[in-house]
Amino acid sequence: MMVSAPRSAILPHAVLILGTVLVLFPIFVAFVAASDELPDILQAPMSLWPGGHFIANSVEALVSGTVKTSGEPVWSMLLNSLVMALGVAAGKIAISLPSAYAVVFFRFPLRRLCFWAIFVTLMLPVEVRIMPTYKIAADLSLINSYSGLILPLIASATATLLFRQFFMTIPDELIEAAKIDGAGPWRFLVDTVIPLSKTNIAALFVILFIFGWNQYLWPLLVTDTPKMTTIVIGMRQMIGNGDTQTEWQLVMATALLAILPPVAVVVLMQRWFVKGLVESEK
Amino acid sequence: MERRVVFGGWVCPAILLLPQMAVTLVFFFWPAGQAAFQSLLRGDAFGLTTHFAGIENFADLVADPNYLGSFGITAFFSLSVAVLALAPGLLLAVMADRVVRGAAVYKTVLLMPYAIAPAIAGVLWMFLFNPGIGVLAAALRRIGVDWNYLLDAPQAMLLVILAAAWKQVSYNFLFFLAGLQAIPPSLIEASAIDGATPRRRFWTIVFPLLAPTSFFLLVVNIVYAFFDTFGVIHNVTQGGPGQATEILVYKVWYDGVVGLDLGGSAAQSVILMAIVIGLTAVQFRFIERRVHYA
Repeated sequence: MMVSAPRSAILPHAVLILGTVLVLFPIFVAFVAASDELPDILQAPMSLWPGGHFIANSVEALVSGTVKTSGEPVWSMLLNSLVMALGVAAGKIAISLPSAYAVVFFRFPLRRLCFWAIFVTLMLPVEVRIMPTYKIAADLSLINSYSGLILPLIASATATLLFRQFFMTIPDELIEAAKIDGAGPWRFLVDTVIPLSKTNIAALFVILFIFGWNQYLWPLLVTDTPKMTTIVIGMRQMIGNGDTQTEWQLVMATALLAILPPVAVVVLMQRWFVKGLVESEK
Repeated sequence: MERRVVFGGWVCPAILLLPQMAVTLVFFFWPAGQAAFQSLLRGDAFGLTTHFAGIENFADLVADPNYLGSFGITAFFSLSVAVLALAPGLLLAVMADRVVRGAAVYKTVLLMPYAIAPAIAGVLWMFLFNPGIGVLAAALRRIGVDWNYLLDAPQAMLLVILAAAWKQVSYNFLFFLAGLQAIPPSLIEASAIDGATPRRRFWTIVFPLLAPTSFFLLVVNIVYAFFDTFGVIHNVTQGGPGQATEILVYKVWYDGVVGLDLGGSAAQSVILMAIVIGLTAVQFRFIERRVHYA
């Protein structure tokens, strides 16, 4: 194409390489620290050449955790995060797909009211109603439970809106055909709408998985035993408050373990994730 | 937009709607109502009795220099994060739109921070700038900067802004790139034939066409900086030194959970809700406008 002369390719590459270096540098330093022994890190400034203890540190963090988190192993934190992220993703899809279907494909009394009641939740993240939500979770004895971690986070309309938007594009002819064939609303949902929504479900799943995995404020409130700690919270506790020496090599190994699953999901499912993100925010 | 062909009856939709309505009522309307109600109450110092206080909690907040200070801090923090995340996002997207070789690799790497929790982004940056052992802190000291973000308020602010913005660049990059790729190549080619330089093509054609995306992203970035950055603040500075990085959402948490001032915390929640509703309303007006454009 005449627009891009070859000489103009140098500047874009230079800028993009600088961008990727800025993105990767903090992660690289974390990797170096996770491959060192503690004295190597403490003799500031630490060398930027990786040491030989990455596997050993990761295994130590995974199996025996750190002193500051009372030896709670990181693998159990990873498991908690996994349950929470999968629960948020699956739960939100499971409640929002049917409700979007009801709002789009039926006419019934109070339909508008229901839609607006769900829609208004779009505006208020859990962060602005933390104390009352905490009290309700306590009243329902959901403290330190997976339901307590998951349920308040799925009370939001983003997924419902995405499905609604997609369902609106399903042509009327399909419903007519289904009706002529004698299919009722349940048949139409299972045989037509859900198969058509596969890509949307996959895209939403990636976004919600990351959203669930990366939660911070809510898990901080609703869990207070080491057994229920998620990895993002656990890493914070490993740093401690400066009373004893932080075991940075283990903290950084844990940080890498904490970012590995969501980064892997984004990289491996890039196509769906990009499509879902750009479309759900429209 | 309404469908012509629909199903009848109300039992079916009621069953389909029930789970979401139940979760929304219990975990959204109930707590939101509680926050509104709680904000009008005041308890004694021992939490034994409460009485109706009307707008007292709000009046106290408005008169509290710490709260007003926190407003200013939040405004500065949010705008800085938004600008610092938007400008590089746009620059990288424009450049990524121009290259062919390696485009997929750049895109994959630049997307990675999106997947990283703000709290962890905070820890990674804190480690780089730790006054005792940080690699970049040592580099700064070598060029004569007296770096200690634990004591120096502007340095603490700079660090939390950097960590929060670093994570958000990915998101903006992605949306700008999608926006750029939606611009018809014929427009650019036409202006190239007319002899416009690449710089001129960008400012007179590309940038105006990206304006709706930019505005949308500005709102999203501000909302992100308002709420999602709690983890960054809690990990890196705990609102300090003093209250130099105490943004509103951190103060709601601190006053409620640590200070146990339930009425005051609830009043702050109500004010935050009003802000989010305002921002969302602005965004929706804009979305309506964009629909007319398209």
